[in-house]
Amino acid sequence: MTQTIATREGYGETLVELVKEGYDIMAVEADLSGSTTTKKLQDLDPDRFVNVGIAEQNMIGVAAGLSLAGKTVFTGSFAAFGTGRCYDQIRNTVCYADLDVKVAPTHAGISVGPDGGSHQMLEDVSLMRGLPGMNVLVPADYWAAKQAVRIAATTPGPFYIRLGRAKVPTVYEEGTVLELGKSYVLREGTDVTLVAGGIEVAQALIAADELAKEGISAEVIDVFSVKPFDKPTLLASVQKTGCVVTCEEHSTVGGLGSAVADIIGENHPVPLERVGVRDMFGTSGEPDELLAEYGLDAAGIASKARAAIARK
Amino acid sequence: MIEESVDKIEARAKSMRINIIKMLKEAGSGHPGGSLSAADIVASLYFGGVMNYSEDDPQHPERDYFILSKGHAAPVLYAVLAELGLIPEDELLTLRKLHSRLQGHPDSKKLPGVEVSTGSLGQGLSIAAGVALGARLNQQRDGGPKRRVFTLLGDGEIEEGQVWEAAMFAAHQGLDNLIAIVDNNNLQIDGDVRDVAGLDGISSKFQSFGWRTIEVDGHDVSAIVTALKTATLLDGSPVCIVAHTVKGKGVSFMENQAGWHGKAPNEEQARDALAELGGGE
Repeated sequence: MTQTIATREGYGETLVELVKEGYDIMAVEADLSGSTTTKKLQDLDPDRFVNVGIAEQNMIGVAAGLSLAGKTVFTGSFAAFGTGRCYDQIRNTVCYADLDVKVAPTHAGISVGPDGGSHQMLEDVSLMRGLPGMNVLVPADYWAAKQAVRIAATTPGPFYIRLGRAKVPTVYEEGTVLELGKSYVLREGTDVTLVAGGIEVAQALIAADELAKEGISAEVIDVFSVKPFDKPTLLASVQKTGCVVTCEEHSTVGGLGSAVADIIGENHPVPLERVGVRDMFGTSGEPDELLAEYGLDAAGIASKARAAIARK
Repeated sequence: MIEESVDKIEARAKSMRINIIKMLKEAGSGHPGGSLSAADIVASLYFGGVMNYSEDDPQHPERDYFILSKGHAAPVLYAVLAELGLIPEDELLTLRKLHSRLQGHPDSKKLPGVEVSTGSLGQGLSIAAGVALGARLNQQRDGGPKRRVFTLLGDGEIEEGQVWEAAMFAAHQGLDNLIAIVDNNNLQIDGDVRDVAGLDGISSKFQSFGWRTIEVDGHDVSAIVTALKTATLLDGSPVCIVAHTVKGKGVSFMENQAGWHGKAPNEEQARDALAELGGGE
């Protein structure tokens, strides 16, 4: 049954579940525990929660140190600050030393809404997937977010999990098990492949419904794991459909669209259209208004799908 | 724990300085100034009966930690690991070369004995604070000895804002198992720290953040050992030891010269340096 719930809601509560299952998990937060939901871990066990204050660089460093003391550590803050402000700490301490730190800030993407461009992080996937050794998970919904947190907690090494603020429809059922390195075909089709990530998966599914009314059969793939990327699932689909549209609430520079372009360019070139924010900052507005404004809604995806098919 | 006499530790520091010059000459690049300034501090830490650390089991789960926040002083760390017998002395000459474990800045994935990779400045104090907090939580849960974390920072390095984020955090958490040592050699790449960034009053800065501080002559081994041991006895807050040092210490033509921050000696300069240190061929 479809619910409407933010991906961030799957964060703190899954940390609580994992601790109750016996995992030695801690969260290091930078003054946003209510917003990110890491407060749920603090409420369970104050010793498993550390607030460093508004100090994201120190947040990553302290998380690194705690991991050296044997903890599996998740970090907080918003994606703009929890990746961008502390990029060098994530690069040189977490990834270079291959530490058990899970960078999982919330409020990624344009769907942050009214806070505006300063807070709408559109480059995080680009930054994080460029780091050697970093795993990058972009959950499509609340259930996928819970799976992402669980995978990160139980897999050694650095992770980035992209979590959002806005309430979005669920696309998975409760109890769905997802895996690192996998994409999921949520709808089969033959005319065009819609490769989506995060909250754009739900929009791609709506777009597929719209396209079906026109007699266009769209295949919808959720790229849950941007890195490592599930190349076989992508290539099998584009070999069948002959064209592809990428859909992400992220810059078209360096994110899912770039990852897909790399793979099809090297393996099976087909017409590619990209839905995303075209190398610009965001602006204030409600999430649904912003998705429409930047062409990230179902209508925008359907339009790109028609364009891709026309280029075959 | 290794506890040697002051004379022996001084001999260790001298041997480390000789190795620093030899490896940098062979590498043809690297950072002599801040490695030489820190040699007495690092020798005292490992051989002065301060750190719970054994060359027989460098990964012992109850060991104390040393994090070289000023990662460009990698040669002083490699030199002390050689003194401990954890690196063969001839391997020191592979510093900075292709396929060497002795990277230009310490790499914990390549070299056991390096607790965590460093090199990008200003990050070691945060990491050390995280280890100190984690060790304290583990001790509360599991018992066992109080594990201490030592970290060595450069004075130029503490211009990085993250250092003060970490200083605030460590004091707020009451991390009395954390001891930071500032190698106060007064010079950074572009000149005197006071001219470049107005850096002065390091002790009072740390005090205002809630730390206890100790000032010491960073080339007086007996005084350094006393300061380190005192620091381990103080409860309730982290301790910062401000060690007054001379950049390039031990090689007269390198002393107090910012130009020797990141330049390796050539053949002739190395010969002169080694003659002065008593390590000539």
